[in-house]
Amino acid sequence: MLLLGLILLPLLAALVALLTPSARVRPLVVAGTAPLHLAGALAVRSRDAIFGGWFAADPLGRLVLVVVSLLFTLCALYGVDYLRIRKERDNRVFCVCLLTFLSMTTAMTMAQHLAVVWVAVEGATLSTAVLIYFNHNARSLEAAWKYLMIGSVGIALALLGSLFVAYAALHGTSGDESLLFGALLDHADRLSRPWLRTGFVLLLVGYGTKMGLAPMHTWKPDAYGEAPGIIGALLAGGMTNCAFLALLRVYRVMQAAGEGAFARELFLGFGLLSMAVAAAFMSGQRDFKRMLAYSSVEHMGILVLGIGVGGVGVLGALLHVVNNALTKVVLFLSAGNIHRAYGSKSVDDVSGALRRVPVSGALFLAGFLAITGSPPFGPFISEFTILTGAMSGRHFVAASLFLAFLVVIFIGMGSTVLSVVQGPVSPAGERTAFRDSFSKTAPMLVALAMVVVMGVWIPDAVMDLVGAAARMLEGVS
Amino acid sequence: MREAASPILILAVTMNFVALGSSNLKACIRAAALQGFFVSIFPLFFSTEPTVRLLGLVLVAGVVKAFVIPRMLVRALREVHIQHEVDLYLGLVPSVLLLAVGTGGAALFASHLPLTTSHRDLLVVPVALATVFAGFLLLTTRRKAISQVTGYLILENGIFVFAQLLHEAMPTLVEVGVLLDLVVGIFVMGIVMNHIQREFGSLDTERLSELRD
Repeated sequence: MLLLGLILLPLLAALVALLTPSARVRPLVVAGTAPLHLAGALAVRSRDAIFGGWFAADPLGRLVLVVVSLLFTLCALYGVDYLRIRKERDNRVFCVCLLTFLSMTTAMTMAQHLAVVWVAVEGATLSTAVLIYFNHNARSLEAAWKYLMIGSVGIALALLGSLFVAYAALHGTSGDESLLFGALLDHADRLSRPWLRTGFVLLLVGYGTKMGLAPMHTWKPDAYGEAPGIIGALLAGGMTNCAFLALLRVYRVMQAAGEGAFARELFLGFGLLSMAVAAAFMSGQRDFKRMLAYSSVEHMGILVLGIGVGGVGVLGALLHVVNNALTKVVLFLSAGNIHRAYGSKSVDDVSGALRRVPVSGALFLAGFLAITGSPPFGPFISEFTILTGAMSGRHFVAASLFLAFLVVIFIGMGSTVLSVVQGPVSPAGERTAFRDSFSKTAPMLVALAMVVVMGVWIPDAVMDLVGAAARMLEGVS
Repeated sequence: MREAASPILILAVTMNFVALGSSNLKACIRAAALQGFFVSIFPLFFSTEPTVRLLGLVLVAGVVKAFVIPRMLVRALREVHIQHEVDLYLGLVPSVLLLAVGTGGAALFASHLPLTTSHRDLLVVPVALATVFAGFLLLTTRRKAISQVTGYLILENGIFVFAQLLHEAMPTLVEVGVLLDLVVGIFVMGIVMNHIQREFGSLDTERLSELRD
């Protein structure tokens, strides 16, 4: 019942938002729904199931559900003030799509059926395309078109991959062709290998497109660059993590079928390629929101790399799901504030953010230090764990490349971030009346505090959640 | 009935070459529509005992793939007064040659995938893979939004052909997957195309090139 409630609550709230005439009240509907959803998400227990097991809570799904719900809550609280200063744009469709996105991602985290996962990801994609187009100008239209075009091809390939896995079940097993993950895991040894392998590659490319792994990442800089910061945060920490979860679910089937090594090699390859592409495009990046997009490409690479190296790297990758999402809230929302304060997101126009918007500027700097893996922030712990996994798994080449890319990215990202925050306030900063306020910075401060806690002392509750998910992934190998 | 299934698939594959080889956008859309018609009636010949559900799928897919979407695209074409695809990212001849290589590759790859006994004498898998490849080529080598949507339509046709292998065993999966993907994807793209046209007064995605590194 709780699961059904979690999926339906945002949809119901979306209906309320649709019918609310006041543009001031609608964001409050979103912000009011989010904490309720979060409370429900935290209360979900692993045995809950509905619709004959089509939706069920398992440790992996719970982890991503809690992360997405927390992320959404922080963004929704920020959104109240953000939408107040964006009075010129009607926010009805925006609020409805935000809530639809929450419902679809919730359904996706709980989906235990290959096809249901696909439908939920498709639904989330469509709602986010509308969100990217929020500004209704030529640039955001271009971004939405690319997102939709590349995303739809990805989704289509994921559908073909799902059909291939279905054929693997049809060809291999006699009688039971259920596409519930539980059934696939049970018959994994009888699945037809060539179909399963090809299906996995298609699913990896398809959901990898949604994750933004290189070379399917090309929608990301445009989408993150043109969408409001709040949408960037929701995509970078929510949508991408859901696509990652979809891959993890298929990966479990591959493991059970004895094809784990094949899958891990592919993860390793895509992970390193994504980090390399991010490193190349991050250095000398003049647009700080596009820079964050490449940072997201990098961290998606780190996630699949962690799974690829195996061992303790799996635990590192799942910890990184939490750390990356929280840090991205800080980075995208502070970048959004700086963008508002200067009316530009180019390094050429923006400097002195620490003086112009002291809190947002400091948070942007802290977010940069956190995401590049500096102690005492959470990503340091998760990236170090992945490195340990790589070393103990004897992936020495991957480990050294991983370190090299991290260094290059630190330097590249650092030069952009420092020129934004340091120095005297550039003339562009005088043009707007934007000021830091409590409601525009508090959600980021909460997120940053959590990132610090994750780096200093991981709470038992979080460790239980992540540990259970990691055991689920390691269980079979 | 089954002996007619393979010729229909061959006709469908031929349409890939027509669509990729013509610079006239209307011809390209017509080829995709005709292909949509062929792949939609294919289940009638493929299935051993057509059910009412199957007939429903054939009818809906046929109407959407062969009539509704192509008509929508042709109307968009008329409104923006464009007829020809110019300045392709990859020329017509190279792209047709690439498609020929890809089609051969698809046949070769498909021979490595084991089929159940009842599917063995059919060309379903190579045709599906080749058509997906053709759609992908069209999507990546053309500039006009209309060509790209046509490419997506062809890619969907390929998936539709493959899905027929699974229709008897898992009808709901196939119906939901194929139809949702098609209808939702293309209608949303239709809406975006509409916005592009209003914003830029043209449907050339080359205009959408402000965002780059």
